[in-house]
Amino acid sequence: MQIQLNGEPHAVDSATTAADLVETLGLTGRRIAVEINEQIVPRSQLAETRLCDGDQVEIVHAIGGG
Amino acid sequence: MTQQFNDSPLTLAGQTFHSRLLVGTGKYKDMQETGEAIAASGAEIVTFAVRRTNLGQDAEGPNLLDVVPPSRYTLLPNTAGCYTAKDAVRTCRLARELLDGHKLVKLEVLGDETTLYPNVMETLKAAETLLADGFDVMVYTSDDPIVARELEAMGCCAIMPLGSLIGSGHGIQNPHNLRLIVEQSRVPVLVDAGIGTASDAAMAMEMGCDGVLLNSAIAHAREPLRMARAMQLAVQAGRDAFLSGRMPRRQSAEPSSPFAGRING
Repeated sequence: MQIQLNGEPHAVDSATTAADLVETLGLTGRRIAVEINEQIVPRSQLAETRLCDGDQVEIVHAIGGG
Repeated sequence: MTQQFNDSPLTLAGQTFHSRLLVGTGKYKDMQETGEAIAASGAEIVTFAVRRTNLGQDAEGPNLLDVVPPSRYTLLPNTAGCYTAKDAVRTCRLARELLDGHKLVKLEVLGDETTLYPNVMETLKAAETLLADGFDVMVYTSDDPIVARELEAMGCCAIMPLGSLIGSGHGIQNPHNLRLIVEQSRVPVLVDAGIGTASDAAMAMEMGCDGVLLNSAIAHAREPLRMARAMQLAVQAGRDAFLSGRMPRRQSAEPSSPFAGRING
């Protein structure tokens, strides 16, 4: 199935969880925050949150800014 | 031995700080320079931005939070780049998740890309939502005292008027408005944006501002680390000058040396 990941189309297997996605991207353990369809997914719920076709997923981190 | 003078700490949302200089982490050459400049500034509160992760590249690269660790600094996520209340609120919620429940945020909602001037209407809307959601909101705003008063009444924990446009280095363009805001406010007032050099920071503090937030003035100096120290000293100097109460201005000269005993007397 297809999701939008950080604004770009991204293919994932069905039954993929948010935690699976984070792991596939090599971001496990990194200081990130995940939002699906404009709702925050707390770190503690990533493993139980299944992605759905068409989900808009944002993964953000801290960068330099003023 | 230097005499120690008393000063009350800067208090923001119940937390106290000894440094009244807040610094941003943008525009540095690299992470190392970022970390060193922030350390040289003596700042305890450090702002950062929230952005999409770069996927598939530099996942192992240096992370901002490695050089400004939350264990050492109070991190202040900003909503830079947000032009609507909705985006600013989303960004704050992402930042709260990023920092494990951290509530202190710097709200800025911008009007356009040319001026980066605050969009006050959207700022008020975002502040209302964030405050209701339990955030402690330090708010970047125009130097309009009426807007500043409204933001304070809503419950923002710091009012942060611009000195001049973000990144412009034009210093404090309307000291009269800033003075009105300082005089009326019961929460800390920090000049945020426009500081270009040490005297700008000192001026803000001499006027009675509670602090200064800057980024480009250090990051874009030829020697950022030296400018970081200059800013630390300027904020301290300006604060002491404010607390010590400056001499009155006079229209005519008054000699510092006594008249009595002159050889031509």
